[in-house]
Amino acid sequence: MSAAPRDVLKSWLSSRLPEAAADWLNDRAAAITAGDRKALYLAFGLAVRKTGKAELSLSAEELAAAEQARPGWNASSWSIDQAARVFLVLHYPSTDADDFRKTLDQMFATGEVHELVALYQALPLFPHPELFVERAAEGIRSNIRAVFLAVAHNNPFPAEQFSDDQWNQMVLKALFIGVALDPIVGLDRRANAELARILLDYAHERWAAKRPVSPELWRCVGPATNAEGIADLRKVLDSELATDREAALLALSASSLPAAQTALTEENQSAVTDPAVRATRWRQLAASVSN
Amino acid sequence: MRYIDPHIHMVSRTTDDYEQMAAQGVVAVIEPAFWQGQPRTQIGTFQDYFSMLVGFERFRAAQFGIRHYCTMGLNSKEANNVPLAEEVMDLLPLFATKEGVVAIGEIGYDDQTEAEDKFFRLQIELAKEVGLPILVHTPHRDKKRGTYRSMDVLEEHGFSPEMAIIDHNNEETCKEVLDRGYWCGFTIYPKTKMGNERMVEVVRQYGSERVIIDSSADWGVSDSLAVPKTARLMLERGIPVDQIEAVCYRNAIAAYASSGQFQEDDWLNPSPIDQRTLFEGNSVLRGGQTPRIDEPAKEGLLIR
Repeated sequence: MSAAPRDVLKSWLSSRLPEAAADWLNDRAAAITAGDRKALYLAFGLAVRKTGKAELSLSAEELAAAEQARPGWNASSWSIDQAARVFLVLHYPSTDADDFRKTLDQMFATGEVHELVALYQALPLFPHPELFVERAAEGIRSNIRAVFLAVAHNNPFPAEQFSDDQWNQMVLKALFIGVALDPIVGLDRRANAELARILLDYAHERWAAKRPVSPELWRCVGPATNAEGIADLRKVLDSELATDREAALLALSASSLPAAQTALTEENQSAVTDPAVRATRWRQLAASVSN
Repeated sequence: MRYIDPHIHMVSRTTDDYEQMAAQGVVAVIEPAFWQGQPRTQIGTFQDYFSMLVGFERFRAAQFGIRHYCTMGLNSKEANNVPLAEEVMDLLPLFATKEGVVAIGEIGYDDQTEAEDKFFRLQIELAKEVGLPILVHTPHRDKKRGTYRSMDVLEEHGFSPEMAIIDHNNEETCKEVLDRGYWCGFTIYPKTKMGNERMVEVVRQYGSERVIIDSSADWGVSDSLAVPKTARLMLERGIPVDQIEAVCYRNAIAAYASSGQFQEDDWLNPSPIDQRTLFEGNSVLRGGQTPRIDEPAKEGLLIR
């Protein structure tokens, strides 16, 4: 049986923290396990003063342990104070689901920037995930970029829990505030016709304003679009920018519409049929446009 | 030269202010929790205000390369709504220990009522409990008595002067404040507090030790550039550079250092996680805009 997330966190923390800080954390965790809500609030706020803010810099084995404890959990960008804070939260009793949600709600409502990032990143580790869907959607509405990213990037929670409407808002907002789509977990799997329509409208609006359109946008259009989208993708296939042409090729390759095949054939391109290869090339594309 | 404005209410200010402050060298600000011109009637509005100070406002400042800190407290004016004040006292411990909270403040007296006295004392005890300095707001009316009384009460509670910043001083109050060992704040605020020509003379007379200059710019007619403008005026009028640096930058760092939450490295050499969280992106400074740098006209230096 694989370890629980809080045990995984404990091993990361104990191998990195000085003994006094680790002892403090374990002592606070014991108080929190007993259901002491005030102890949780205070320790959660104070944690950074005990741990500092170093990067966790997890090894490949440690990242694998996280994946095993909770599929999709990616703590590669976490810092040590974030791990400590989540470690503390995961000790609060969750048998009474309503009490657990209320306790967490108060922490979200009064959170400082770093605290909010730690909490939103930890959404996939909380028991009763269905109670936190609205909270995650609230994180997507945040005006604080780091908070938005804590939900949207490297976090399996949205793909697992969001409705199509919530999902579509997240993807559109990511484009709108200019952050990469590739780190959104489940991007290809959650493609849907409504999102494709929204993104086509958005691309047309950008074109009308003579503003650039992120090539990543087409990744969510290709698998789910209609004839209109295929016509737009044909235009993008003729773009002056190599990154646009690559995006259009990959997007058309993901479409099951005969028109997509026709477009590729007429432009002397052959489809990239393997979804895994497409995903790799999308990742490379995202990296090249963000630099 | 780098500047700190250790008392400014940024929630009331525009992005123009942030742009110009950054352009003129302000690298960090402290935003004391205060009243907002309109008395609050619900505990929820206090909670959201405190959350904003440690949340969105901190992020907003970072977009302009300015590091934002705050103090937490129940201000003296709203202490007079006793039932609400009791609720605020219950809320404060949750915020007082948060990252980037550098003091309990601004607290003290306004009308010098019994209720103000009660909540001032309770918050002195809170500061002792959480190990934070105190930022004291001194009253507009009956100022001298209110200022001396604030120090008397701090001493009655055994609070050490080097942990307390007494703000909004003037020529009449500063000698006593300095003599008793406190940090002595001066607010350059047109009409009601200090003008900066007077400030130059104060520094000439009393020197720079434990003297701190701030703007207290807020929702009233005030000047978010008061610190850099006063620094330039001091330079022009022959105050030595190291004294200017002390009163416009270094003394604020020293005064709030005991909080453990206010270090020069935070803005000169931020940790990678802070860079990702607080300095990445530009959702306020939208695509491709660069901060505007205005060379203020010479006559624009004076605040009267």
